Amino acid sequence: MDGGSVSRREFLQVSMTAAGGLIVGLHLPRSLIAAEAADLNAFVRIEPDGATIIGISQPDMGQGMYSTLSMLIAEELDADWSRVSARQLPLMLARDADGNIAWAHVPQGAGGSTSVVDLYRPLREFGARARHLLLRAAAAEWQVPLTELATEPGAVVHASGKRRASYAELATAAALLEPDDELPPLKSPQDFRLIGKEFTAKGVTDIVTGKARFGIDVQEPGMRHAVIARCPFFDGRVKSFDDRETRKIDGVFDVVPLPGPEPGAPYSTLAPGVAVIADSTWAAIKGRDALKIEWNEGPHRDETTAAFDAACEAALDRGEGEIVRDDGDFNSAIAAALPVTRRYRLPYAHHATLEPQNCYADFQGDRCTVIGPLQMPSSGSRLIAELTGLDRLAIDIRMTRIGGGFGRRLSSDYAAEAVLVSKAAGVPVKVTWTREDDMAHDMLRPGGWHELTAALGADGRPTAWRHRVASPSKYYRRENATMWESEIYVDDLPAGLVENLRYEYFDMASGAWRGSWRAPAHTANAFAVQSFLDELAFEAGEDPLQYQLKLLGAPRELPYSGHGGPTWNPGRLAKVLQVAAEGAGWGRKLPEGEGLGLAGHFTFGGYAAWVAHVRVSGAGELSVLKLTGAVDCGLAVNPNGVRAQMEGGACDALSTALAEELTIDGGRHRETNFHQYRLMRINQAPRDIEVHIVQGHAEPAGLGEPPVPPLAPALTNAIFAATGKRIRRLPLADQLKRDA
Amino acid sequence: MKLRINGKSIGYDGDPEQPLLWVLRDEVGLTGSKFGCGLGVCGACTVHVDGKAQRSCVTPVRSVEDREITTIEGLSKDASHAVQRAWIEEDVPQCGYCQAGQIMAVASLLRDNPNPSDDDIDRLHTNICRCGTYFRMRKAIHRAARYMREES
Repeated sequence: MDGGSVSRREFLQVSMTAAGGLIVGLHLPRSLIAAEAADLNAFVRIEPDGATIIGISQPDMGQGMYSTLSMLIAEELDADWSRVSARQLPLMLARDADGNIAWAHVPQGAGGSTSVVDLYRPLREFGARARHLLLRAAAAEWQVPLTELATEPGAVVHASGKRRASYAELATAAALLEPDDELPPLKSPQDFRLIGKEFTAKGVTDIVTGKARFGIDVQEPGMRHAVIARCPFFDGRVKSFDDRETRKIDGVFDVVPLPGPEPGAPYSTLAPGVAVIADSTWAAIKGRDALKIEWNEGPHRDETTAAFDAACEAALDRGEGEIVRDDGDFNSAIAAALPVTRRYRLPYAHHATLEPQNCYADFQGDRCTVIGPLQMPSSGSRLIAELTGLDRLAIDIRMTRIGGGFGRRLSSDYAAEAVLVSKAAGVPVKVTWTREDDMAHDMLRPGGWHELTAALGADGRPTAWRHRVASPSKYYRRENATMWESEIYVDDLPAGLVENLRYEYFDMASGAWRGSWRAPAHTANAFAVQSFLDELAFEAGEDPLQYQLKLLGAPRELPYSGHGGPTWNPGRLAKVLQVAAEGAGWGRKLPEGEGLGLAGHFTFGGYAAWVAHVRVSGAGELSVLKLTGAVDCGLAVNPNGVRAQMEGGACDALSTALAEELTIDGGRHRETNFHQYRLMRINQAPRDIEVHIVQGHAEPAGLGEPPVPPLAPALTNAIFAATGKRIRRLPLADQLKRDA
Repeated sequence: MKLRINGKSIGYDGDPEQPLLWVLRDEVGLTGSKFGCGLGVCGACTVHVDGKAQRSCVTPVRSVEDREITTIEGLSKDASHAVQRAWIEEDVPQCGYCQAGQIMAVASLLRDNPNPSDDDIDRLHTNICRCGTYFRMRKAIHRAARYMREES
């Protein structure tokens, strides 16, 4: 840097990657501080006019991070909420004392419903530290002891009531103080002014005016546009390509081949291909259309959905799978009873984020800038470092808003691809996926078949239970995948509640790209288990709610080794089932053709239940009249956000249950766009959704995923109640249609 | 050719077949209209052409020469359009990606149908929201309709 000309941006980049540099304002030249806003730490900036800008460390893909994380910081900062706005922070990494790459401040990324859980304490601490600096600045200014000072929203006040200074007035002096090592005390929950209270979301105005910047909106100086023709076949290759016509197209700048992962190797990008780089997206699309490519169709060219379904059923017919859990003596218990056996089928599901994948990358030899809709910026940085050999601190990663995640963007293949294109073409590029590209390449939620078998005791409760799952795993081709991972989770319901219980897994072969889809296999397993419980209640002649409550029993902690462990509490699940049922008027008499169905599930630390109220017409036309839900995610930091996640999660799950299926034909995806992969529109969405928030614990728990799994079985249980028809295969598609 | 976008006149001499959406996004720098499907199915790219909602991803730019194009950036200066206000008050967006298109579609729908029933909304509003914000969206449509009736 030459004296005095350092730009604020350059400065912030340096300070944010410095280990332990919580107080970046400290390093700012005085003149700059006086003229501009003061940064009390990476998360708190106070403008001269009192506007308080909170740094958001996590990417937002619709889960309300701008609001909820702001609340955590603003609460302890004692900020004036009306003056709070949010800005996205970049990925902040640092090298620790041992030379390893570590988080500079907090873990960053969004996945596994963990953002609020992980940040509940650290962000409040950043807020408390910033508030303490402001208190110290006032104490020094007024020559009074700290003990005589307090804060009210946005200001420090003296006990005498005679002195008051706004945070804006104190910010510059506060930013120049040496930070305390000691953590100031945090508020008691009963003193919360923001946490747990009702507020509308931050950042909505930017969205409704079109100003919010998503990855696909990135425009940087000198940037070119790229689209890629990717091999559509699972593990296929580019045999040859001819780009002569492409290069004749006006605006086309370059054509570069891209390598893909070796068959069976961990994914870096998803598929090999040929990238067309142009002056505009449209020229790149036209250029790609003009490519002549011959594909090697790869080892899975015969894979079809029909063959996959048949293979799953055949596996279940053959008998025992790999034993995942084995309690008591299932075989003896089932031999002594009249067993009930049912099979359920789940389709492959696509993420279909409305913002297709895209990313900007500028590879400059010894460093690289990446800007995009990155859900997991750190693993993205690791992948890019592996592919390019760059030091991770030389990779500047900035997150934009994300147009939907649902698990798709846990993988950063699209960012790695953009870096490879930029490196090969020697220019900054934004790679945009068209919808067809996105439909053809996705890490699908694995499809599969479930077989459940139970024996009922004299009181109707299951005395023996076996759940067999035939499905390919989502955990495969990963560097750290040292063991296969079952799609049935070892401690899921009703483990621990039925004496003789077995879980078995058949790891099915498939070439399809697979990965995490919002609440991963919970969506499949909860459909099977909650449908089967409804069927068992019917067999036992009992009310489905009472049947579940009897099975779940009293509140107690049971071990849970999966998502949201280490324990779970069946009593909390029973509670949300009861609250949802009560809200829905469970047990009331309904008109002919209408029915209520109920289901619940625990995952990622959260408990959720839905009651669906449906009507099925004589012609088999389904209407979802109302959904009534209850959720226990511990402390609901942002209740409005909790309701939004419940409402949206329910619609996501409903859309998936109604019509979403990605089918495979000839070793590639068959559906090419939204005219074939049918997402729900407003006409199928319930006109009424009622959400009850139950607080079963003092600390927050996961929320992004728990609303999804119980919705589909609540729907199909309601269809059974309305019509007597049991839906055991998803999607519902036209299974209810009758000739009128 | 001359394009009129949000009240401004803009010269364009590129490919006349280029969809309006890409002209807006890549050449004019108006990125509020979003690319969703490229088939006119999802509605994320909805703009107004002479006041009527149109899906710009399947609109060749030659077909809108000399017509009045309004994008989300031009719907109001300060988020004051009734639909925008209703969207903020009902707190509709989640990820937000589809919402500019939703708002443009609803603004046009309400101009033609000032007091839509729920059945009208089901029939006439076909934009996709992948986050499933439909419950709040329906409330916001009714609220915006009320505001627009009060204003007129």
